[in-house]
Amino acid sequence: MELILAAAIGILAASGVYLILRPRTFQVIIGLSLISYAVNLFILAMGRLRMDAAPILDGANANPGDYVDPVPQALVLTAIVIGFAMTALFLVVLLAARGLTGNDHVDGKLD
Amino acid sequence: MAELNHIAILPILVPMAAVIANLLLGNLRSVSRVRLNLAFSVASLLVAILLLVVLARSNGSLAAVYPLGNWPVPFGIVLVADRLAAVMVLVTSILSLAALVYASARWHSRGANFFPLFHALTMGLNGAFLTGDLFNLFVFFELLLAASYGLALHGGGRNQVKAALHYIAINLVASFLFLIGVALIYATTGTLNMADIARAVPLIAPDDRGLFDAGAAVLGVAFLIKAGSWPLHFWLPRTYSSAAPPVAALFAVMTKVGFYAILRLWTLVFANASGPELAFGQNVLLVLGLATIAFGSIGALSSKALDRLASYLILVSAGTLLLAVGYNAPGVTSGALYYVVVATLAAGALFLLKDVIDQILPAEAQVLAVSLEIYGDEEEAPDDGEEVSRTVPGAATLVSWCFAIAALIMAGLPPLSGFVSKFAMISAALGAGPTAATWWFIAALIGSGFLVLVAMVRNGINIFWTSLPESEPPRVRTAELAPIVLLLTLCVLLALAAGPAMAFFTETAAFIHSPTGYMDVVLPKGAAP
Repeated sequence: MELILAAAIGILAASGVYLILRPRTFQVIIGLSLISYAVNLFILAMGRLRMDAAPILDGANANPGDYVDPVPQALVLTAIVIGFAMTALFLVVLLAARGLTGNDHVDGKLD
Repeated sequence: MAELNHIAILPILVPMAAVIANLLLGNLRSVSRVRLNLAFSVASLLVAILLLVVLARSNGSLAAVYPLGNWPVPFGIVLVADRLAAVMVLVTSILSLAALVYASARWHSRGANFFPLFHALTMGLNGAFLTGDLFNLFVFFELLLAASYGLALHGGGRNQVKAALHYIAINLVASFLFLIGVALIYATTGTLNMADIARAVPLIAPDDRGLFDAGAAVLGVAFLIKAGSWPLHFWLPRTYSSAAPPVAALFAVMTKVGFYAILRLWTLVFANASGPELAFGQNVLLVLGLATIAFGSIGALSSKALDRLASYLILVSAGTLLLAVGYNAPGVTSGALYYVVVATLAAGALFLLKDVIDQILPAEAQVLAVSLEIYGDEEEAPDDGEEVSRTVPGAATLVSWCFAIAALIMAGLPPLSGFVSKFAMISAALGAGPTAATWWFIAALIGSGFLVLVAMVRNGINIFWTSLPESEPPRVRTAELAPIVLLLTLCVLLALAAGPAMAFFTETAAFIHSPTGYMDVVLPKGAAP
């Protein structure tokens, strides 16, 4: 499972970086989305990988070792929401740039 | 003490109330709405002054600690208002009030939702300065960035949208780097509280040290992007010079957030650490600071337009601050704190001044001045006597005086506060025992001052010594001139009160450079090692 997760993060991040460096605004936004997926998975992985473990303690004398770290899950939720909002905002600017410059180049000029 | 701790959250709550009030009012445009927003801005300035006065009256090691939701400290999110945070909040409040007064003259009606975005940016800035939690810092960063995206587009146009597109893309990438850094630091230290991270760093297992250093470096890159450090600054001049002037003035404090975050975390975690963590990345900070100063000064020399010049001056000040952080001496830091106040206020004034000059001087005259310089003045028309004897109107005189003061401050010439700050930094660097870094530091500060002076003087000649148009004397709105005069007056006053101010900053710097003090204040008793 570690290998699969690491490969997923790596491939998502690599594809995202490649797309960000492309000249079209749509490619840039897809690249940013892919990177945000990679980062979210990465944060989750930083809480150590656990299968079938709940993030919420029940009972006063529970052993923390039986549970998964809840903090990265909370961080990921926040990061997902913020990343989603920023992507939506970027999409609006992208459309405005398309409307004002008449093309979808990141520098606003035809090549 | 309990009352003191509640002050820490007020600089966030007041702008938030302003955002909510503005959202409830919708797109109503009226004089009373402008007054309401000015009242909110004045209120947050008063809160910032209150916070600073309370902290300044007590001894230097005191800070207001506000655990949000009253969760015990290393587990919940905590706001920490020490003197450094209070100074930065005060600078933000002063600048935002000045920019808001300026914008209330006409800029606020150039696009939708100016006021809520403006207050949201102030709230994000104050929150970023006050928070004591790394992930909360990320949230406030995103808050201020989201507001700044909207403000960068305010008054829209082709160039603005193009610049904002780059700005947003770069900052989104920076946010992802921030998250990666935070995740790595959490993975190795198991905490997100800044004071708790500083406590946990010496306890990191040797195998995890590399991971922690990598996380800190990635986080540092994210901060350096925000601070406008040299290889990561290319978004800055274009975004700042195409933003609406009051917005650009408030943006002047945004690069300082990056500086603040680096100063806070680096001095807390690395600067005084023992063992392999000692001064991790110090050389990188020094080299990047030097490169940023060099690039900013050369860029300032090469810029013809005043807004681009002001953007490059922001880069120069960002480089100076990075260099001062990297120098890692309390005396230099206290000079840098003085400098950050002065440079931010003066840069904000310069962005506003540019807009006023644009109104006084029609665009053709400016283009003429620039093209004369490029192509040479082939036909030096012998002017008639009447041109020379024309009286300069009052507003233009005031504007040129403001420009001259801003130039003196930016270049760091005596007798104004820019000189005081550079003198304080250089004298502290020499006093701490000169090394090779000292001479680079001094050379960069003095050399950049000289280049900035040349750039400012040349721009001033182009702007003010061109013949004014024949029409009636230019008219400038009081609401637009007043904030500029206010900002520059504050800079001058700071030079007059340099003694008490430096004493205050010296205590502040001493507190910053003793991480145990910060940890003792934030963490519950007995937690610090």
